[in-house]
Amino acid sequence: MSNLSAPPPGHEDHPDITSHNSRLGLVLFFVYLALYAGFIAVTTFRPNLLAKTPFAGVNLAILYGFGLILAALILAAVYMALCKPGSSGQEK
Amino acid sequence: MWNMPFFVFLFFVGIVLGLSFYLGRRARSAKGFYAAHGTIPWFVNGIAFAGDYLSAASFLGICGLIALYGYDGFLYSIGYLAGWIVALFVIAEPIKRLGRFTFADALDARFNSRGIKLTAAISTLVVSIFYLIPQMVGAGALVKPLLNLPHWSGVLIVGVTVIVIVVTAGMVSTTWVQFIKGSLLVVFCFVLVVMILNRGLKSDPRALGGQVLGIRTGYAAHNIVQSGETLVPPSGGWIGKPYARIRTADGHVLVFRERRWPKVNVPATFPPTEWLPTQTLTIAGSAQAVNGLPEDDTNQLKPIGGLILPNGESNTGPVGPFKYLATLEQSKIVSTGKEVIKEADGSETTVYYPIEERSGSSLLTPGGYFKGLKSEKTTDRLDFISLMIALFCGTASLPHILIRYYTVKDQASARKSTVVGIAAIGFFYILTLYLGLAAMTSGVMDPTDTGGNMAAPLLAKSFNPFLFAVISAIAFTTVLGTVSGLIMAASGAVAHDLMTNFFGIGMDDQQKVRAGKITSIAVGGVAMLLGIVCEQFNVSVLVGWAFAIAASANLPALVMLLFWKGTTKQGIAASVAVGMVSSLAWVLLAPDTYTKVYKVNVIAHPPLVPFSQPGIITIPLAFAVLVAVSFFTRKASEARGFEVVEASAK
Repeated sequence: MSNLSAPPPGHEDHPDITSHNSRLGLVLFFVYLALYAGFIAVTTFRPNLLAKTPFAGVNLAILYGFGLILAALILAAVYMALCKPGSSGQEK
Repeated sequence: MWNMPFFVFLFFVGIVLGLSFYLGRRARSAKGFYAAHGTIPWFVNGIAFAGDYLSAASFLGICGLIALYGYDGFLYSIGYLAGWIVALFVIAEPIKRLGRFTFADALDARFNSRGIKLTAAISTLVVSIFYLIPQMVGAGALVKPLLNLPHWSGVLIVGVTVIVIVVTAGMVSTTWVQFIKGSLLVVFCFVLVVMILNRGLKSDPRALGGQVLGIRTGYAAHNIVQSGETLVPPSGGWIGKPYARIRTADGHVLVFRERRWPKVNVPATFPPTEWLPTQTLTIAGSAQAVNGLPEDDTNQLKPIGGLILPNGESNTGPVGPFKYLATLEQSKIVSTGKEVIKEADGSETTVYYPIEERSGSSLLTPGGYFKGLKSEKTTDRLDFISLMIALFCGTASLPHILIRYYTVKDQASARKSTVVGIAAIGFFYILTLYLGLAAMTSGVMDPTDTGGNMAAPLLAKSFNPFLFAVISAIAFTTVLGTVSGLIMAASGAVAHDLMTNFFGIGMDDQQKVRAGKITSIAVGGVAMLLGIVCEQFNVSVLVGWAFAIAASANLPALVMLLFWKGTTKQGIAASVAVGMVSSLAWVLLAPDTYTKVYKVNVIAHPPLVPFSQPGIITIPLAFAVLVAVSFFTRKASEARGFEVVEASAK
């Protein structure tokens, strides 16, 4: 049964807001996917690269791993910052 | 058993359980259960996310895998965390807009189909059981170092405790309890890592893992017998093996392993060979003997795992986090191999011998566990790729993870919570890398711990018994919480989804509750049994399989439902069914399962599937099935629609 009353403009479920947020979400998802796929690709096709130690004597495998963890955090923060919040209709 | 760590453990478990019951009772009696959530600060909710998510698998499993195999355990950390991105950016908000809270309800939101209800319920049941097994295995791994009880008793304790809790009271995991557990786990593990960095890295002077006796040299077995000792001639399974058995004056039977010359480049004048000291565990029925004498408090297997620092250094002193890794990179790690010998009288002796040193740099790159990564052929890398895909897709496919997302007052708060949660979880995973590496190199590992699940508790125990007790207690209560949640989800799937919705068995409330309780007992029993059978598995590997099954069964259906209008209800049902059955079958026929559960020799009986991780095959398969079935059934329903229009036009 369809909901006959659509969310009002400014509500967090209103299409103007959700389509912006969904697009943002998908863009950030693909950014992370590229980083993650890059890790898989390097490990699969150029594993020797991972043994190199570019920074502080720590090898690329560990640095890339740390980088992916950090990237997840940064992207989540970017998402939080750039999303249009809208209201949830629960304020008094 | 009755010692300080045990009492500290009981104390902490008691507090957390007591708090759970008290807050849970209050939340249920006050009808404003959901209203309460709107007042919880986003920071608290974020840490509660982490408390929910960091189960035995993260703490015990990943540390254990890293301790045994090096970097490959960290792959699980990377994959588990990456899955949050899929969940957050792709799945979470669209599902909320569907107005449903569980994956099963979300899949059915548009269609109200019996086929979907059935397959989704079975999928929930299967995934829940698969997720339960590693928790049970983890419980055994926690109890053994703490109470000195065998593995199966830990499984029994957890299983019975949880069944009793679920059947009598039901444990409501309130946000505040999860917040406390999550913060305690992260804080105490952080303290442990600080202690590890402060101790620095030490060379093991004996470098052969805690052995009392050193290497002996001699051309043949009889040349290394010292005064007071006698040589035991080879018999039974010992014949033809590179071992020398020597009986000492006090009755021990020491086994030395001959370090063989390589087949080429043998020097013209042979120097005497080296004979490496080993430890042996002999099992005859229920009796266990260590090094030839019965096992008791003074005669036990010694822990293994050691390090040889570069340049003959013996001790680095306190180091920073990067220096720790850089030093390991340059070091050599001594690990232990094992061989099982069948004696003439039918008993079995396992010989634990030191392996030639492995280089730190090879252990800190992928390939220790996924051996295919070190081979020449790209196709051998499929196991690794398969795992990374399954982990990436898996988090979003486990709906109990996302439930907390929906109980905040608005989506802006939910996003803030998620950032906090990801920060806490990511920080914890970085800590597990250090915990695992420290466990590998500090001479604390139990030789009989094939899965490595006890690595982290044994490491904590060696540093500080109080810290060990607290960390074990937190991990234990986490297991209790996860297990009770899973048992309730599974029994809900059976009692509510299958019996009421699908089979349409009419039950009044009392009967429904009773059906739920009976299912809980049954599911709990099955989980306990499987937890005992799977003792040798690393828990993270088991969770990885649960992720693969969830990702194959749930994710394709969910994603296509959200993003493709051509999805039909038959497509969804078929996709869930095929994804679940194919991934489950794959796991049951995998090389790892053959070796560790069925205990079958994989050379004599080759497994039916080429590698152990199903994701790369079964996830695309489920997508393909959904698309194909949707195409065929769309034509049928369109045609039916056409007939209806025609009929009504007449």
